[in-house]
Amino acid sequence: MLALSIALMYACSKNEDEVSQQETKIAFTVPSNFPAPTYNFEDNKLSNTGFALGKKLFYDARLSADKSVSCGSCHQQFAAFTQLDHKVSHGVNNCQGKRNTPPLINLAWQKAFFWDGGVKNIETSPLNAITDACEMGTDIQAIVTFLKATAPYPDMFKQAFGSTEINSQLILKSITQFTAMLVSANSKYDQVMRKENGAVFTTAEQAGYTLFKEKCSSCHAEPFFTDFSYRSNGLDLLSADEGRSHITSVQTDFGKFRVPTLRNIEYTSPYMHDGRFYSLDEVLNHYDSGVKAAENLDASLKNGIPLNSSQKEQIKAFLKTLTDHEFIKNTLFSES
Amino acid sequence: MKITTYLLALLCPALLLTSCKKNNNETTPETKSTFTIEFDNQVNGSPLTLNTTTYKNAKGEDFKINVFKYYVSNIKLSKADGSSYLIPESYFLIDASKTESTNITLKDVPTGDYTKIEYTIGVDYARNFAGAQTGALDPANGMFWTWNSGYIFVKLEGSSPQSTAANNALTFHIGGVVDPNNTIRTFATEINATNPLRIRTDGKPNMHFIVNAAALFTGKTDVSFATLNFTMGGPNSVIVANNYANGLFRLDHIHN
Ligand code: HEC
Ligand code: HEC
Repeated sequence: MLALSIALMYACSKNEDEVSQQETKIAFTVPSNFPAPTYNFEDNKLSNTGFALGKKLFYDARLSADKSVSCGSCHQQFAAFTQLDHKVSHGVNNCQGKRNTPPLINLAWQKAFFWDGGVKNIETSPLNAITDACEMGTDIQAIVTFLKATAPYPDMFKQAFGSTEINSQLILKSITQFTAMLVSANSKYDQVMRKENGAVFTTAEQAGYTLFKEKCSSCHAEPFFTDFSYRSNGLDLLSADEGRSHITSVQTDFGKFRVPTLRNIEYTSPYMHDGRFYSLDEVLNHYDSGVKAAENLDASLKNGIPLNSSQKEQIKAFLKTLTDHEFIKNTLFSES
Repeated sequence: MKITTYLLALLCPALLLTSCKKNNNETTPETKSTFTIEFDNQVNGSPLTLNTTTYKNAKGEDFKINVFKYYVSNIKLSKADGSSYLIPESYFLIDASKTESTNITLKDVPTGDYTKIEYTIGVDYARNFAGAQTGALDPANGMFWTWNSGYIFVKLEGSSPQSTAANNALTFHIGGVVDPNNTIRTFATEINATNPLRIRTDGKPNMHFIVNAAALFTGKTDVSFATLNFTMGGPNSVIVANNYANGLFRLDHIHN
């Protein structure tokens, strides 16, 4: 299927020469049912060596203050790069963060990051985790110092960027070569949409898809299953986390959060910005009968989304077609 | 392969030189030189001494300063004929605790007599949202917000007995580029035409700016530390930015 997609080309003949014949050149591919990405590697040429370095950094717990936490501790591949079973993120010194770890999927199409959209560039999005006292608890300068003194990093930087220079910019660019490559677009849903391999929805899945388009897609819009807007779905009368207004200082944004993607939702529990729901049943019950009249509740949810039990089962059946097994098991992204 | 590269490297400047020569016959030669700017950090006319000296704000409240850092960027020079030159990639972080940072050097500036200088107090909109940066804009400099991407344009930390915050702290982290809380401000000043900034191949002038840290707290709105002692972006940062927009910098003199 990926053969259908448009491969972005990176003309850097020098690097290509150095890539051995057996090793396949890593390429960023845009799935045919996706629009053009926001991040296109223009100022950060993708290479096998840059990606390998980014991946190593992503999985290296020695970057954190107590050497116990890596990016991969909170962003686990088998959970589509969120943290399984953790309501809110769990970082160094057993510290609990305040928000649920979002999955890292299709970030190259995202214009803003975090539940409140505070971070505007994928390259700078790891900084908060690195410096937050509750996540990795260190500072970027400490990481630079560590990497300069620790083999094989200087060599890996040289291979990736052509110089033994190590600085925050190169660290962030290599990590982005890894995170922006995390494209998930080979779920059953995608195959049905692209009419691949004769994939078809079951009756229940199809009924669920119809319901979903009627009741959920106004916010969880295809193909990313989010329109990337900030909204309140009425979890609380008064949100404990101010959400979007923390960034905009606008009262009408209070308690609003970015509509999350639902891709791989089967594996990304617990759900919501604070991880309050452990199952999709709880989520559907919330929409059916738990929506609170929050100050900035989205107008379309005023009366909730009434769903009978067979409709709930159908929606769940559809949501499970968003699981991308190939992505979750892809060894290209695994800690090796 | 190597040889051709060297040949090209040799040929290119040669080609450039010949093309320059040609132009010279018609227009004045594009010679370039250097000038420096000294930022003299003060508080209401007294030298800024970190941590120890007590100053007074416009409301008469005592305060001390522990940290004072700010960005100056996109420096633009104009001549009397209205033509101007924007110094490319001009991003500087001035840090009162690092003497070497208070004297900046601007290289490769076309020679001439300049009668106006303007610059951004902070960092332009685009760079706030750009990818990972280095140099003055390296997030390792502690002037980048990781939770709300963008640079802290002006950072003043200290203490005041009037502050109601823990440890009587003052925390003024001014930044944010999105309306209505955009804090990008441009400072511009005319240079006396009788003593313009004379950039010459044989003369490297120095501009001397007085920087008044107390300007954060007076101007449009006199700030009382009892009510405003903490801001990291948002409406209160706008109050402070509106204060310092005009009062932070003053061109004192130029050594030509
Ligand atoms: C302690 C757990 C933890 C660690 C360690 C961690 N993250 Fe995160 N990450 C989070 C949480 C929680 C968020 C959401 C923060 C928010 O919304 O306020 C997040 C958000 C992100 C996002 C934005 C995702 C989106 O859709 O908005 C990216 C990208 C990211 N992290 C990458 C990384 C990288 C790279 C590292 C390693 C340098 C890392 N994270 C380490 C918990 C963690
Ligand atoms: C008005 C917009 C809107 C509509 C309609 C909507 N949602 Fe949501 N949904 C959201 C927002 C916003 C969140 C995140 C809320 C939070 O964490 O504070 C969310 C969160 C979720 C989550 C949790 C995802 C995660 O990773 O944490 C699931 C699952 C979900 N919605 C499913 C649905 C389904 C199924 C429907 C249709 C029955 C639906 N939503 C309709 C806005 C909407």
